[in-house]
Amino acid sequence: MAELADWGLELIRRSSTDISADVEASLRAARDREEDGSTARSTFEVILENVEIARKGGTPICQDTGLPAFYVHLPKDGDPDATRDGLIQAVKMATAEGLLRPNAVDPVSGKNSGNNEGLGLPYISIEFHDGDETVIDIMQKGGGSENVSAQYRLPDTDLHAGRDLEGVRKCILDAVTTAQGFGCAPGTIGVCVGGDRGCSYLGAKKQLLRRMDDVNPDPELAALEDRLHGELNELGIGPMGFGGKTTVLGVKIGVLHRHPASFFVSMSYCCWANRRRRLTIRGDQADIV
Amino acid sequence: MAAIKLELPATEEQIRSLRIGDEVRLYGTVVTARDVAHKFMVEEKPEFLKPLLKGTVIYHCGPIVKKVGDEWTIVAAGPTTSSREEPYQAEVIETYGVAGVIGKAGMGEKTSAGLKKSGAVYFHAVGGAGALLARCVKKVKDVLKLEEFGSPEAFWVMEVEDFPTIVTMDSHGDSLHRKVLEDSEAKLKQLL
Repeated sequence: MAELADWGLELIRRSSTDISADVEASLRAARDREEDGSTARSTFEVILENVEIARKGGTPICQDTGLPAFYVHLPKDGDPDATRDGLIQAVKMATAEGLLRPNAVDPVSGKNSGNNEGLGLPYISIEFHDGDETVIDIMQKGGGSENVSAQYRLPDTDLHAGRDLEGVRKCILDAVTTAQGFGCAPGTIGVCVGGDRGCSYLGAKKQLLRRMDDVNPDPELAALEDRLHGELNELGIGPMGFGGKTTVLGVKIGVLHRHPASFFVSMSYCCWANRRRRLTIRGDQADIV
Repeated sequence: MAAIKLELPATEEQIRSLRIGDEVRLYGTVVTARDVAHKFMVEEKPEFLKPLLKGTVIYHCGPIVKKVGDEWTIVAAGPTTSSREEPYQAEVIETYGVAGVIGKAGMGEKTSAGLKKSGAVYFHAVGGAGALLARCVKKVKDVLKLEEFGSPEAFWVMEVEDFPTIVTMDSHGDSLHRKVLEDSEAKLKQLL
């Protein structure tokens, strides 16, 4: 799968160095809302200048290139082993080229593998779909933002949060307040309601693949996303936690059916450098958006 | 507000004159140190770091580096989350006579007290701005403990120029992070 490895390398290059237009537009809008001369505004100026430097120079936006995660959809006759091998190869090449920082550390020995390959790394999820194309989404989020992600179990006595969307709202308000600037605010907030502990966290993370300007097809969830977006910005945490009008760039909520005894609310925080790109391969044509 | 230019190493008087909210551009030598390095500095107190760190600044950063010939170049070098060094920072500052630390998201009360006692400040760099901040690194002067700690955790000794920061914790006990936390928690109470 030499070709897939090459396309995978290009996918990582785009994701690491060139932030998506929708994320950049959100950052520009956030800058424009801040007062002239404020620390918040100058922080957004630095962020946007950094985006430009990375794109022009072909260097990573941030030195923390995350634990690269790939979400793959293969056609029915696709080859999962070759896909996996190709992506691992791509990750190693990208690390050697300085597009990814070596981030795979053995928790027992403390040794860094040096090439981003390790137990469970890179993370590659492979599913089959009905289409005849291979679709590979990459997500790179920094460790700081992963560290402030959080999970709640409703009901929650301290928050007076019950097993309903109002309870979900309280969890997310609490989680983002606790996160302060630690996750490189303004963040994009992925939420999953339901599932078990494992798939709930994964569901929250997958919400971060949605475009910033999309609308949740479920009107109740769409309304909650809008309300939370407004309320979270009222917290005034601002970029980097310096104070300001934009604490989050967006809120994306998904649901999974739950066990009758469980009601999990998971929040996956993505740093402002929300790096995600999609590679689509049809026959011998490949395209990255 | 015009940014203050600060040459490193800096004197205690220069550091004591800085207040939260000041925009400061750093010039001179900074040394990266993150989790493994801080544990090492507190537990083993290595002598060889003392002349290197006196009056200068520790940068919480694990850069992306590239070696071209014999020269290291810094590809991306933004700050990492500082709070992980909270158990160690005040002691490191005092032991090594460090003038300040650069990081992101601020630090806690133990560090705040340490800054006040030792006359040091917390310089906040913009997290995620790895490409822009790498441009401010003019030269890699040395790297220590590279093999043993791995690249992100090694001590990278770097010459910086016009490196943009904001003082968010000063040597008078003030912290912008404390204020934003209190204000946002008050707002959270209203929203709940």
